[in-house]
Amino acid sequence: MSNWDILWSSYDVFLSGFYNTLKLFGLSAVLAFLMGSAMVFLLEGSRPRLKVPLRIFIDGMRMLPFLILAYLLYYGLPSAGIRMSAWTAGIIALVIYHGAYFAEILRGCRATFAQGQVEAAIAQGFSQPQMFMRIILPQLILKTRGLLGNQLIILLKDTAFLVIITVRELTAAASSLSSTYFIPMEAFIVVIGFYWLISIGLELFIKMIGRFGAKRGFENA
Amino acid sequence: MPETAAVSIRNLSKSFDGTEVLRDVSLEVQPGEVVSILGSSGSGKSTLLRCINWLEQPDRGDIRIAGDRIGVSDSGKPMSRRELAGMRARLGMVFQGFNLWPHLSVLRNVTEAPIHVQGLSKTEADERAMALLEKVGMADKREQYPYTLSGGQKQRVAIARALAMQPKVMLFDEPTSALDPELVGEVLGVIKDLSKEGYTMVLVTHEMEFARAVSDQVVFLDKGIIIEKSHPSEFFENPKTDRVRRFLELEAPAV
Repeated sequence: MSNWDILWSSYDVFLSGFYNTLKLFGLSAVLAFLMGSAMVFLLEGSRPRLKVPLRIFIDGMRMLPFLILAYLLYYGLPSAGIRMSAWTAGIIALVIYHGAYFAEILRGCRATFAQGQVEAAIAQGFSQPQMFMRIILPQLILKTRGLLGNQLIILLKDTAFLVIITVRELTAAASSLSSTYFIPMEAFIVVIGFYWLISIGLELFIKMIGRFGAKRGFENA
Repeated sequence: MPETAAVSIRNLSKSFDGTEVLRDVSLEVQPGEVVSILGSSGSGKSTLLRCINWLEQPDRGDIRIAGDRIGVSDSGKPMSRRELAGMRARLGMVFQGFNLWPHLSVLRNVTEAPIHVQGLSKTEADERAMALLEKVGMADKREQYPYTLSGGQKQRVAIARALAMQPKVMLFDEPTSALDPELVGEVLGVIKDLSKEGYTMVLVTHEMEFARAVSDQVVFLDKGIIIEKSHPSEFFENPKTDRVRRFLELEAPAV
């Protein structure tokens, strides 16, 4: 039996890893994006008391290696009496870490947003949340789609770190097969293929947003 | 008893960083009236207009829209965002820079506030928007996006967008100043049509000929003070102050 045959016979291990990675990625990406957007909304004027803590949080996260955050949540917090499953810790780590990045990407773009459009919305009686959801956020997404796409890919790759805190995702699948049968080369090549698959899907999704934007004159993003 | 003024401004003052831009300004706009605010740049005319819908908050004085005070609630406290939004929805504003929302089609720019602020159904809002786009000559461009339009077309859509809220008063802040000269006419034409239909309008403009033709009242601001307030024929032919005479010579030598 060749190494590849061994892997083929354990395809269910890969599939369950792939499924878990997709679940981790999808859930964290959606939540992190919502969290980033919410932070940018909270940074919208007239809330000076929130500004400083939010800035500190965003910058703090960006200066932290992701792996350390994951360690901290899973191995560190129990000493403070907070225990959670590897899944919960992993998802929380991905969400707050990448949420901060999403916030920073959107905030930077918000800073250059045409004030006149905001005034037009205010003059028409929009509430702040309505204005953010309907006028500002859609344009921030169209303008930063390239950066958002990059960040999503980084998020995807960061899910691999969660093998360290025992989450059974793709990398964990490869790692367990490689140590059981001692075939690291083949096992890891297979998971690379899976990560590429998700990345290609992501690229297509970002391209779709790109076409949507181009139709509206949002060309250079 | 006289009719309630569409806009009533009393003793308005406003400073930016210690510089007074409006000093004790009072002005009444009657329903159906067109009032032009003239003055050189920096005279405070745009600030005055922007105070009317509270885009700028005056330091002193009060502003009433059809009898209701804007910015300050009955109890004397500053209005909540919600109350303020309700008051603003009674005023239509057209900006110098158009300020269309680029991610929305022409039609959706016009229906956005009626649907999401006034709570109209999509069908009702579409119907209303199409009638207005027809009026400003932009109905055939309804599916296009703002970046494909010329400045004059953008401004006509912006006018339709403001009208879609069925405001009591339309405010125009230098609506043609950002346009190429050959596009000015189409926008002024639309505003002129509105004046004939009896819309109440306050406009800040540099178009002297137009102000003269369309206004019922002309107000001249100089360093934040109204120094003349008169009928256009009197204002242009027989100005009371040297300041206005000098201004007219510079701005409209032909008049």
